[in-house]
Amino acid sequence: MNGKPKKLSEKLVDVAMWLERRLHLVKLWETTAGHPIPKSSVSWFYTFGSMTLLCFVIQIVTGIILSLIYVPTAAGAYESLEFLNFQQELGWFMRAMHYWGSNCMVILMALHMTQVFLWGAFKYPRELTWISGIVLLFLTLAMSFSGQVLRFDSDSYWGIGIGAAIMGRIPIIGAQMVNLLLGGPIIGSDTLSRFFALHVFVFPGAILALLSMHLRLVLGKGINENPTPGIQVNRQTYDAEYHKNVQKDGIPFVPNGVAKDVVANGILLVVIVALAAFLGPKGPDIPGDPTQLIAEAKPDYPFLWLLSAAALLPNESEWLYALFFAFPVIASIILIGLPFFAGEGEKSWRRRPVSIIAVVLIYLSVGMLTYAGITGPWSPHMDAWSGTLIKPEFIKGRTPLELQGALVFQNNQCRNCHAIGGDGGHRGPDLTRIGTIQTQPQLVRQIIQGGGNMPAYGKNLSAEQIRALTAFLVSLRPPNSAPAQDSAMPEKPLRTSTEEKAELPKKGHEG
Amino acid sequence: MTSNEPSHPPLSPEAKNYSTRRDFLLQAGIVINTIAAFMIGIPVIGFIFSSLIRNTPRVWVSLGPVSKFPEGETRLAAYKTPHAREVDGATAILTCWVRRLGGDKFRIFAANCTHLGCPVRWFEQSQLFLCPCHGGAFYADGEHAAGPPPRALYEYEYKVENGELMVKGGVLPTLANPA
Repeated sequence: MNGKPKKLSEKLVDVAMWLERRLHLVKLWETTAGHPIPKSSVSWFYTFGSMTLLCFVIQIVTGIILSLIYVPTAAGAYESLEFLNFQQELGWFMRAMHYWGSNCMVILMALHMTQVFLWGAFKYPRELTWISGIVLLFLTLAMSFSGQVLRFDSDSYWGIGIGAAIMGRIPIIGAQMVNLLLGGPIIGSDTLSRFFALHVFVFPGAILALLSMHLRLVLGKGINENPTPGIQVNRQTYDAEYHKNVQKDGIPFVPNGVAKDVVANGILLVVIVALAAFLGPKGPDIPGDPTQLIAEAKPDYPFLWLLSAAALLPNESEWLYALFFAFPVIASIILIGLPFFAGEGEKSWRRRPVSIIAVVLIYLSVGMLTYAGITGPWSPHMDAWSGTLIKPEFIKGRTPLELQGALVFQNNQCRNCHAIGGDGGHRGPDLTRIGTIQTQPQLVRQIIQGGGNMPAYGKNLSAEQIRALTAFLVSLRPPNSAPAQDSAMPEKPLRTSTEEKAELPKKGHEG
Repeated sequence: MTSNEPSHPPLSPEAKNYSTRRDFLLQAGIVINTIAAFMIGIPVIGFIFSSLIRNTPRVWVSLGPVSKFPEGETRLAAYKTPHAREVDGATAILTCWVRRLGGDKFRIFAANCTHLGCPVRWFEQSQLFLCPCHGGAFYADGEHAAGPPPRALYEYEYKVENGELMVKGGVLPTLANPA
C-alpha cells in the first residue's frame, strides 16, 4: 500500500484483471464471439443460422415454463392443456410462443440449409459442419413431431395410430415394433410418456450436444466467405487462402459483423410474439378418445407434405409402405454424401444451375404437397350428408321424382365424397354437371356396380331409390345444356356430325 | 509463479516398474468398469424393452348382454381393457363394431381402418363403413368396398356366455397383429 488510496475504477480494473488471469476471457472472446470473419460474409443471407438458434432458445425457455403445468399422462394431458389455455395466467401465450417458435424454427432451419447449400458452404473444409447440421435438422423434426404428440388430442391419438399401422407393416418384427412404439398393447399413457421423455430429455440433450459441435466447427473452420463466381475450392490451397484473406480484411464478428444478425433476430422475435399473440396456440382439438370416431389425424405444418405424399401413393402395392422407412434413409445418404461427392469446385450458386434447379424443385414439391395437405381432397367430408345443404339452384323446378333422388343422394352419404356446386367431399368427382357427362343408364351401372374407387350400392339401394337418384343426377346440368347421350345407342334423333365431334371427348368420363 | 512449480523429470529406465503397475491398475480399472457397464446396461435395456417382455395378450372382455345388439344391425360397442391403468384415462375405453347377424351369430370388426388405422364409422343408410382419412370404404360384412385400404376390416374373435357377448380384444389391431 503506497499511501494514495485507489479509485473505484482502478479497483474494478484490478478485479477484472484478477478474473482475466484465471479465466483468460480475452482469449475466449477472441476465439468465439470476436473471431474474425471475412468481410464478404456480413450479409442478410447469413442470418438464418442465428435466427434458428434464437428459436431454439425460445423453445427451451417456453418449454421449461410449460412443463410446470403440463401433465404427461393420458388421463391428465388434455386437461392440463385446457388449464394452460384458459386458467393459467398467460398459459395460452406460452403455448402459442412454443407452437409458433417451433414452426419458425423448422422454416428457418430449412432456409439456413438452403442458403448453406446455395452458397457452397458445405464444401471443403466444412463437411462436418454440414453433416452435424443434417443431424440437427432430423432432431428438430423429431422435436416437432414428438411435440405434437404431447398435445394428446384426437389428431395426436389417431396420428400415433397411423404410426402404429405403418410399423405394423414391417415384416417379421412388426408386432414388436408396434409394441415398442406404443409402450404396451394400446395407445395409452405409456405411449404418451415415451414421447414426453424423448421430447423433453433425449432430443433436446442430443440437440445441445450437436449444436456445440456445430458451433465449434463454425468457429474452428471459419465462416464461409461469400463466394465469388469463378473461384474454385481446392483442397490443397483453400485453407491458406482463407486465412490469408481473413487476416487481410477480416473483421471481428462481434461487434463489427453482428449488426444484421441483431436486426434479423429482433424482427424474428417480434414476428413470433405477434403470431403467438394474434393467432394463439394450436388446439388441443377434441380429446384423444377412442370412442370419438371423428378424427382427421392431420399433423402440424412441417409434416403435412409427408402426409400428402403418403395419401397420393398408388393403392395397389403394399410394398410402397417401405418408402416410409426408405425415404429418410435415402434422403440422409444423399445429404450426408453431398460434401464428399461435391466437396470441391465452384461455390457460387450463380455457376451451379443444377443446384438451383434442385432447390426450386424441392421447394415446389414440398410447397404443393403442403397445400394439398391443407385442403386434403382425399379425405371425405364425414358430415357433409347431414350438414351441407343442396343449394336451391340444384333443386328448383325439379320433378317430384328428381326431388326424391336429391333426398336419396343426401341421405345415403353420397355427399361425403361428391360435391355439388363445390360443396361436399372431393374424394370423388364433383357432380355439378354430371347430367351433361353421363346418361341415366351409365349412372345406374356406376351406382350399382361401383368401381373407379367407388363402393357398389347394388345391395344397399332399392330399384326405386336408384331410379330417383339417377333422375336427379341427370338433372344436374347447366341451364339450356342437353343431357349426355350414349353415342353407341342413339335414342333420340341422330345428331349432326359436328355435334357428335363435340361430344366425343366426354366419353372419357365413363366409369 | 509457474517457475516455482516442480517439473517432472523424465522417467528413468529403472522407473519402468511403476509403469507396469500403472498398466495393471488401468487394466483392472477397465475390467471393473466393463463389468459395471453390463450391470447397469442390461437392466436399463431391459427396462426400455419391458413392454415387449411383459405379456399382454388379447383377453376376453364382455361387451354387455346380447340383447343390446338388435338383429341385422351394426352398433358401436365400447369396453374397458383390463390391461389399462388409471393414468390411461379415456384411452382405456376401446371400441369395436358389432354386427348381429341373428341369434348368437355375430361379426365384430375393429374400428381401426386396415389402411392407416384411422377410425372407420358405420353409416346405416348406405350400409358402409367409411374412413375419414383417405376415403376407405367397407361393406357391412367388412369387405373392402373402395379407397386405399388393401384388405377387409380386421375381425375379432367372439363368444356368447350366459347371454353376454364376449370379445377377444385389448390390443391395438395392426397388420402385424390383426385381431
